Amino acid sequence: MDSVKKSALAARRQFLLDAARMAGGVGVLGLGVGLYAKQAKALPAAAIRPPGAGTEQDFLGACIRCGMCVRDCPYNILFLAKPEQPIATGTPFFVARTGPCEMCEDIPCVKACPTGALDHKLTDINNSRMGLAVLVDKETCLNFLGLRCDVCYRVCPLIDKAITLELRHNERTGAHTIFEPVVHSDQCTGCGKCEAACVTEVAAIKVYPIKLAKGELSQHYRLGWEEKRKAGGSLVEPEVEHRYNLPEGMKYEHGKGLSAADTPSTGVDSLQATLPDPGKNAAPAGMPRNIPGGGLGNRMSDDAPR
Amino acid sequence: MNETLRIGQEAVEAKGWWLAHKWLVLRRLTQLGILAVFLAGPWLGIWIVKGNLNYSLTLDVLPLSDPFIMLQSLVTGHVPEKLGLIGVAIVVGFYLLVGGRAYCSWVCPVNLVTDAAAWLRERIGIKGGAHVSRSVRYWILALTLLLAGITGTLAWELVNPVSMLHRGLIFGIGTAWTVVLAVFLLDLFVMNRGWCGRLCPVGAFYGLIGKLSPVRVSAVKREACNDCMDCFAVCPEPLVIKAPLKDAGKGVGPVILASECTNCGRCIDVCSKDVFVFGSRFNNAASMAGVAQAISK
Ligand code: SF4
Ligand code: SF4
Ligand code: SF4
Ligand code: SF4
Ligand code: SF4
Repeated sequence: MDSVKKSALAARRQFLLDAARMAGGVGVLGLGVGLYAKQAKALPAAAIRPPGAGTEQDFLGACIRCGMCVRDCPYNILFLAKPEQPIATGTPFFVARTGPCEMCEDIPCVKACPTGALDHKLTDINNSRMGLAVLVDKETCLNFLGLRCDVCYRVCPLIDKAITLELRHNERTGAHTIFEPVVHSDQCTGCGKCEAACVTEVAAIKVYPIKLAKGELSQHYRLGWEEKRKAGGSLVEPEVEHRYNLPEGMKYEHGKGLSAADTPSTGVDSLQATLPDPGKNAAPAGMPRNIPGGGLGNRMSDDAPR
Repeated sequence: MNETLRIGQEAVEAKGWWLAHKWLVLRRLTQLGILAVFLAGPWLGIWIVKGNLNYSLTLDVLPLSDPFIMLQSLVTGHVPEKLGLIGVAIVVGFYLLVGGRAYCSWVCPVNLVTDAAAWLRERIGIKGGAHVSRSVRYWILALTLLLAGITGTLAWELVNPVSMLHRGLIFGIGTAWTVVLAVFLLDLFVMNRGWCGRLCPVGAFYGLIGKLSPVRVSAVKREACNDCMDCFAVCPEPLVIKAPLKDAGKGVGPVILASECTNCGRCIDVCSKDVFVFGSRFNNAASMAGVAQAISK
């Protein structure tokens, strides 16, 4: 009887030991795969997802790596990532520089997707947001150098909407115009035609995944002029007039700058009778002088650039 | 049992080469045939099937989805489109019928690799190795679902040799062959039937689907068994054979009910006494077998 009990106890101990070993092993495996999965969530800048893909997080849960989108793309631009590529293995992507999306009107890649990882609600390809074009190198873009390349602008399927040319003075020649290509995120589909077509050795305009390309204002930020427009008038009543903290005997006029006041003023604005002498206004030891935008004295006044 | 005879030798002598290899050959033809139709598209431009084992569309009408990957996706909180769901229904229905792990022995490309490793292991006489319980795979199965839930991504797909090999063959393998090689070496040197028999969560999942499947191998003529042990040696899941073959006395029926059985039919091939046949799980009366035994005596 006793020996039976003992052997039962030993068996139970063995069982618990085995279970613990198993749990340990499986746990370590899980940790490894989990960490790897976390790492694999970062999409490299050159890999663009097909149209209709949601955020990378959603896509990695929805896409079952079947390659149907790859098969039904008539331009064969899509590839499934291989393990050695820094993209979640088996997921589809394209590289804009070598094979941009041709923005098929019937979007066959989306239709082929059995999971909706490529969202079937996307029916107008112009509404797709595969990525966002960014003019990354203003030093090499030919248009910025003052030439009329315009290639990215011309190839853009949404010409004059996704890319516009903004005109400004060419300071170098003094006589010409710079036609700056400007991308508008509310229109750009991220197809990558512009990057593919850019004539420079390395593209000056590139398409990045939106997460990399786009900034975002803080939630609580309000654009005063927008709010004013929406409200149909100033939100602060009555609208306060700007007051300048000026040296005594000076006045400030918009567009003209500082000048001597006609009549000596009093109060806060009359601390000094003359323009501050730059020598007298020298910064204390260790403080910068002649900072663009004014010295220390200027920087402490209300209208100094901040 | 003659020690110098190789596994299945007796069967070849008793039944001839074909009957001693019938199911093996049919199985290899099926595996390679499935692979061939998948490859005909990218290699020859003949598009019978598009996609891979995770999801495929045959002749533009028949959707087939892997229920395991769809379940993982579901756990991340994503519901597939209609075709994907129909594909799941068809595949689950099929394996409910023919036995879940028929996927392993008749479809999965990794089976070719692990069978090759097992064959070589036997040939060059590698014995022993690490002991890992055959139930670990169910824990790994649970783990894959847990990982999908926690990471919100199909984390197991990053390392799954099954989809890596199949997708790799069709879409370009890259370095995925190293994962396949690792599975081969694991089975060859580290543990007998290590991957498919102990670790693979895909096989575990299909096993669960086939828990109640009607198509089963049955040891109908178990009284004729001469204890050559060839079936045990050749079976990738030898534990499933023991009770149905040996425990008639304890009232156990002859049908191999364990869902780990892959319905590969190799035991049918190698048995010189024709003990095993493909049959139905419902012809499983232990007493009937007993009666038959009594009558035959
Ligand atoms: S929209 Fe057309 S070109 Fe672009 S990825 Fe889809 S199928 Fe290919
Ligand atoms: S068709 Fe959909 S699920 Fe399949 S690889 Fe493409 S995006 Fe992923
Ligand atoms: S990626 Fe370039 S070409 Fe395509 S829509 Fe955007 S700006 Fe135009
Ligand atoms: S194609 Fe390239 S170089 Fe030409 S304007 Fe566009 S970004 Fe500049
Ligand atoms: S156990 Fe896994 S790898 Fe082995 S045959 Fe089955 S599905 Fe394929």
